[in-house]
Amino acid sequence: MSIEVIGITVLWLFLYGYLIVASIDFGAGFFAFYAKITKKDHIMNDLISRYLSPVWEVTNVFFVFFFVGLVGFFPDTAYYYGTALLIPGSIALILLAIRGSFYAFGNYGSKDNIFYLFLYGATGLLIPASLSTALTISEGGFLLEVDDKVIFLAGELLTSPYSWSVVVLSIVSVLFISASFLTYYADRAGDIDAREILRKFALFWSPPTILASLLVFVGLREHNPGHFQNALDIWWMFGLSLLFFLMASYLIYIRKSLGTAFILVMLQFFFAFFGYGASHLPYILKPFITIQSGVTNPTMGTALVIAFIAGLFLLIPSLFLLMKLFLFDADYIKGNK
Amino acid sequence: MELDSVMLSRMLTATTLAFHIIFATIGVGVPVMIAIAEFVGIKRNDPHYLLLARRWARGFTITVAVGVVTGTAIGLQLSMLWPSFMQVAGQVIALPLFLETFAFFFEAIFLGIYLYTWDRFKNKWLHWILTIPIMIGSSASALFITTVNAFMNTPQGFDLQDGKAVNIDPIAAMVNPATPTKVFHVVVTCYLTAALILAAITAFHILKKKSGAYHRKALRLTMVSALIFGIGTAVAGDLSAKFLAEYQPEKLAAAEWHFETETNADLILFGTLNENNEVTNEIRLPGFLSFLAGSSFDTEVIGLNEFPEDEQPPLWVHYMFDLMVTIGIYSLFISALFILFWLWKKCNEWNKLLLWGIVASGPLSMLAIEFGWIFAEVGRQPWILRGYMKVGEAATKADGVGLTFILFVLLYIILGTLCVIVLIKMFKNKPAEVELDQRFQIDDLHK
Repeated sequence: MSIEVIGITVLWLFLYGYLIVASIDFGAGFFAFYAKITKKDHIMNDLISRYLSPVWEVTNVFFVFFFVGLVGFFPDTAYYYGTALLIPGSIALILLAIRGSFYAFGNYGSKDNIFYLFLYGATGLLIPASLSTALTISEGGFLLEVDDKVIFLAGELLTSPYSWSVVVLSIVSVLFISASFLTYYADRAGDIDAREILRKFALFWSPPTILASLLVFVGLREHNPGHFQNALDIWWMFGLSLLFFLMASYLIYIRKSLGTAFILVMLQFFFAFFGYGASHLPYILKPFITIQSGVTNPTMGTALVIAFIAGLFLLIPSLFLLMKLFLFDADYIKGNK
Repeated sequence: MELDSVMLSRMLTATTLAFHIIFATIGVGVPVMIAIAEFVGIKRNDPHYLLLARRWARGFTITVAVGVVTGTAIGLQLSMLWPSFMQVAGQVIALPLFLETFAFFFEAIFLGIYLYTWDRFKNKWLHWILTIPIMIGSSASALFITTVNAFMNTPQGFDLQDGKAVNIDPIAAMVNPATPTKVFHVVVTCYLTAALILAAITAFHILKKKSGAYHRKALRLTMVSALIFGIGTAVAGDLSAKFLAEYQPEKLAAAEWHFETETNADLILFGTLNENNEVTNEIRLPGFLSFLAGSSFDTEVIGLNEFPEDEQPPLWVHYMFDLMVTIGIYSLFISALFILFWLWKKCNEWNKLLLWGIVASGPLSMLAIEFGWIFAEVGRQPWILRGYMKVGEAATKADGVGLTFILFVLLYIILGTLCVIVLIKMFKNKPAEVELDQRFQIDDLHK
């Protein structure tokens, strides 16, 4: 495999990792706030905080990893995205900053502060929406290069049906992924009340997830026919995604094997996300950057791959330890530790 | 001063970094102090130290959160505000940036584990061992990110052809001439500042309220640490000056208002400049700049006049340099004095004046970090990549930098204020005495 393919695969894996862990986090914030205003917080908010507390920092690193790696492997992205995304990127950053710090202020400082919880919950839905604009822009048609100036066509983005379909998909996916994970987590904790509420959330958000995915396909066909055609060529990936989705929803519905159900949800998004990524290639940012044109110098590319492999040797056992202590330790989940 | 996008980009970068550096410094230094306290606590089986580690760790979580989010901000702003710089230099410095996130990842995982496993292991040492990867992670991320900054000061490991970097050597770019002194200086001053801030909080408490063995032990521990790190800082400062004399003479010359190349050059403390760039009101130490630059009064120190006017840094960096050095010496002095008083039985180390001196040393040392960074960064103006690319060529051409500047300033004001409020509340609601009594059944004040 060439350096650029390894590079983009690695980055895509990290973005996928972020998609899963951040969705759980973003959704949990929203559910926690929703539970508070509907006075159900005593049932589920302890559970949510038991999961989130030890992992929220790790979630953030997945994101940092992705954009640092992207600029490293494909320095041209810094130039185009950097210039184009000044305002939307800054807004996303401010939301992330508010969310991260208010989580800590609320969780370690002033517990039960409804205002902190509101900011935490609301930003959880706005961040995926604002981050997804970067993906929309990559489809082309939203940037102009005049002389040596990159211009971002914000008006185009705001009036594009495709762009809105991506926003909707990102929000409902967050809620669906999060609810299906927390259903499993509550089940592990033996917390039937919390499980029932979260199961309802999961089932509620399950049909919109698939509807929104279809909308994205329709939008893509209009906006970028080339990409749409590529996606049709690997239709089986999306087919598998749909299959996993149906299996997961069924398991959640009958309240059986909720752990397996969550793995199926992960697989559902894995195939959809990688199918989307694969059909996007060779463009990283249409029409300015392809993976061949934008790739870094081969020496740096090799150095990055070596660093990456060395880093994994450190990260995988550590992540495993983290999960063992907080995700798979029944006593901890039940709140006995 | 014109508020074009270059100026605004500089202002926004400076604001983000100035805010982030407060939390980054705490983030690198405090884990070391926590590890020391827990180590002593387990070793001596002394609950005071164990509680100390716990309470420091609890406050630390708040500062880590702000540090993480502002660190994410600067990480992305680098590409958003300086896209042309990142397009060129991104190729050369991608490796340390990448490694920095690995170190951060490593730290984040173990910090999460550390904070939530206080009473989970039967063997207390197992919990203490978790501080090692946290310290490695936080110090290593300081190391890697400092190599990037060192590279911007003394770039090497690439050639520039038609605005593109070629013949890249990632390791040479990382291990550039500025790296050793800069990394040493950054890491040791983080440790020093963290020790002094924790000491300042303790001293303040002792001055304001009744205090028992817990606070006395805390102050002794932090002051001994501060003295050790203070000596390290002095060594690092000396090495840095020698580095500057050799590799970045224009920065040292601007810092010292040293215009003519000469041997036996004078060191200038404070003072002012008149309109003819003549130094007035200064304290002059004859020959000492030469001594600082090369350990001998005969060392020739290159003057600022050797450089073209458009490649000279602004002269006001002199004040930053002086303030940094003065505070550094003060920190060393105050911690040495405390320890001297403590060991020499005739003096009272709980003397009010001395305690107030310690209280002052905390915020002052954080200011010194800011002054030092301002000196280091403004001192390499007009370059973003010394000798290769000027700041003006690197800034974004996008509109809206002014608006983002305002938004981020507001964000930092809110985060900064709330962070302080939350921290104060957190410790006021549960004083150490109450916690000692609850957790370890010790009545500290009446022992």
